[in-house]
Amino acid sequence: MKWTRKDFIDIQSLSREEIELVLDTAASFKKVLERPIKKVPSLRGKTVVNLFIEPSTRTRVSFELAAQNLSADVISMAAESSSFKKGETLKDTALNLQALNAEFIVIRHSAAGAAQFLAERLNAHVINAGDGAHEHPTQAMLDTFTIREKLGTLEGKHILIVGDILYSRVARSDIWSLTKLGAKVTLVGPTTLLPEHFRDMGVGVVHDLDSVLPQADVINLLRIQHERQSKAAFPSLGEYIGVYGLTRERFKKCKPDVMIMHPGPINRGVEIESDLADCGNSVILQQVTNGLAVRMAVLYLVSGGAVGGVE
Amino acid sequence: MSKAFLFKGGRVIDPANGEDTVRDLKVENGKIVKEFSVANGEIETIDANGKVVCPGLIDIHVHLREPGQTAKETIATGTQSAAAGGFTTVVAMPNTTPPVDSTATVSWIIQRARETGVVNVYPTGCISQGMAGELLAPIGSLKKAGVVAITDDGKCIQNNELMRRALEYARMFNLVVMDHCQDYALTAGGVMNEGYWSTVLGLKGWPAIAEEIIIARNAMLAELTGCRVHCQHVTSAGGVRIIREAKQRGVPISGEICAHHIALTDESLKGYNSDFKMNPPLRTQRDIEALLTGFADGTIEYLASDHAPHCNYEKEVEIADAPFGIVGLETEFALFNTKIAKAGISSLPKVIEALTVKAARLLDLPKGTLTVGADADVTVLDPELRWTVRKTQLLSKSKNTPFDGTELTGRAIFTMVSGRPVWSLEKGILV
Repeated sequence: MKWTRKDFIDIQSLSREEIELVLDTAASFKKVLERPIKKVPSLRGKTVVNLFIEPSTRTRVSFELAAQNLSADVISMAAESSSFKKGETLKDTALNLQALNAEFIVIRHSAAGAAQFLAERLNAHVINAGDGAHEHPTQAMLDTFTIREKLGTLEGKHILIVGDILYSRVARSDIWSLTKLGAKVTLVGPTTLLPEHFRDMGVGVVHDLDSVLPQADVINLLRIQHERQSKAAFPSLGEYIGVYGLTRERFKKCKPDVMIMHPGPINRGVEIESDLADCGNSVILQQVTNGLAVRMAVLYLVSGGAVGGVE
Repeated sequence: MSKAFLFKGGRVIDPANGEDTVRDLKVENGKIVKEFSVANGEIETIDANGKVVCPGLIDIHVHLREPGQTAKETIATGTQSAAAGGFTTVVAMPNTTPPVDSTATVSWIIQRARETGVVNVYPTGCISQGMAGELLAPIGSLKKAGVVAITDDGKCIQNNELMRRALEYARMFNLVVMDHCQDYALTAGGVMNEGYWSTVLGLKGWPAIAEEIIIARNAMLAELTGCRVHCQHVTSAGGVRIIREAKQRGVPISGEICAHHIALTDESLKGYNSDFKMNPPLRTQRDIEALLTGFADGTIEYLASDHAPHCNYEKEVEIADAPFGIVGLETEFALFNTKIAKAGISSLPKVIEALTVKAARLLDLPKGTLTVGADADVTVLDPELRWTVRKTQLLSKSKNTPFDGTELTGRAIFTMVSGRPVWSLEKGILV
């Protein structure tokens, strides 16, 4: 299996083999990250531009470190400082970056389709770091990587994704990735944030968290952005916590070895009771570490690297 | 140049007269004639053998963008595009800059169309001042100045009291009120049809119910006021059902189908190409089937393009930010021919009827027939011609078509307005 795509835009269009190639490559890079010297020369002399039109710290820093570990030169642009403020279109900004010979453009944008829009117009490798409510494919890769690392396989595992599904690009990318690898995925959230159309993506749709908790091998809690997106979708955060918050009491209904995941940043006391985020079942920080390996793998693969050439 | 034309040996389809026969058609001094009065040497013959000769097609829903938005389209380029699509008459929507809410703007458009247009242009006027949905436009004066209907197309009056008043008032002047049916609260931020594909693509959904609620409102107000309401670009199965039920009760309501809404579904958005973004949005296969059934059973009697040109630079942005709409005049006949006539949903004469005499009667236009003495607006169609749409070859100033590279069947090959050839497939614009 060899990677043949110029870009990394979504999980939906990837085959199971391509997903496994990313995971296997990430596993190799994770070993590299455990060494005293974490740098490999794979992208020496190449330029990676992080074009973050929507604010993000975690993903941007992860991509910056990933590129640096591959010996690339990295520049990060944020919306506030970019020419976007002066009215330049996304297309023009990207063409200018390409004219400066950037080989990789990592884009985070509030508009769904923004990454594909650039991929079609640029020769540079475009990597989607989250486009609106569409996809966040590297997050899905790191989530999948983390589950596979812990449980050995995704096949037959029951994974709950809980929260604001409608606006979540993480949920969409996770759905594609986890189901392609054979997991059983159940989405859990209020009817107003979880329309029935999701069923056609091959997942279960449930509105009663308590009814599915005992069967879950993994619970992935999504961040609730009540002020920004879902104000009209449920009455108050207090009501949300009452129905969907992972509290100590609810946790008792879970399998003892259930894995707790969260893409971050966590609202402690909202999606999850604070102590639970730090308990032994939580892999939240391992997700962050694995994110670095996954992003190194993605940059490496789209550049044309073959497996075995990680060094 | 000769002033007499003989369309020789074509299949003459003139639904106004219930005609579908192979015969010659004669035109002299801008009118359809029974016999020529000029000598043979002065008659130009147009070989229509194996082709369809019909009244010049009429599109009741076109955005010409002039005045004020001439980077997108002008009356000159828009009417050339119409001619190339076989349309000899277009009804221009009033959402220009300024909008058509004053008699001065109406007069300006009519004058400008005389000077630069190559086909007939009938303006519509706004329902509300500035299309703001607050106060009635001077509807009586607009009618006197020449508008053939009123509409706030592109916008929809949300205030039901104002809409009721508009209908009551328009009825005095025998004006049809055309409505772009859209509930704003239900479509806030919407980009595409709400359904599986909006869910997968992460784009804000634009539910069919937002259109259906307004269609239902319009049916109720039409029944109350007795004023004719014409629902523009009906897209959903529910909308067809509401109109069907209302018409069965005798409510003066009608609907139109735009070509793209029966040619494409919301799945087309999966490439995030903004040339597939329109208002109302592309729906589902189930909706397409309901629209086609609605046309076949007479529920939906009108066909149109909603020709909506936008500049490349406006469209080539993130899809959520791109304007709604596509150009349609040059692909319209081919799409209706393919999706309705060729598909066996209804007949070619029925398609032509919708695009000629039905349209003319809806808006009381002295057009749409080949009756002796009528204006010689004539279109020659080749319903069998297979051709591939090339956006670069469109005569519209804008190229925002979702059909670039699509092979279609059926095309106008010759267009005449008032006895003057204005376009032919072979030679392009002739005037």
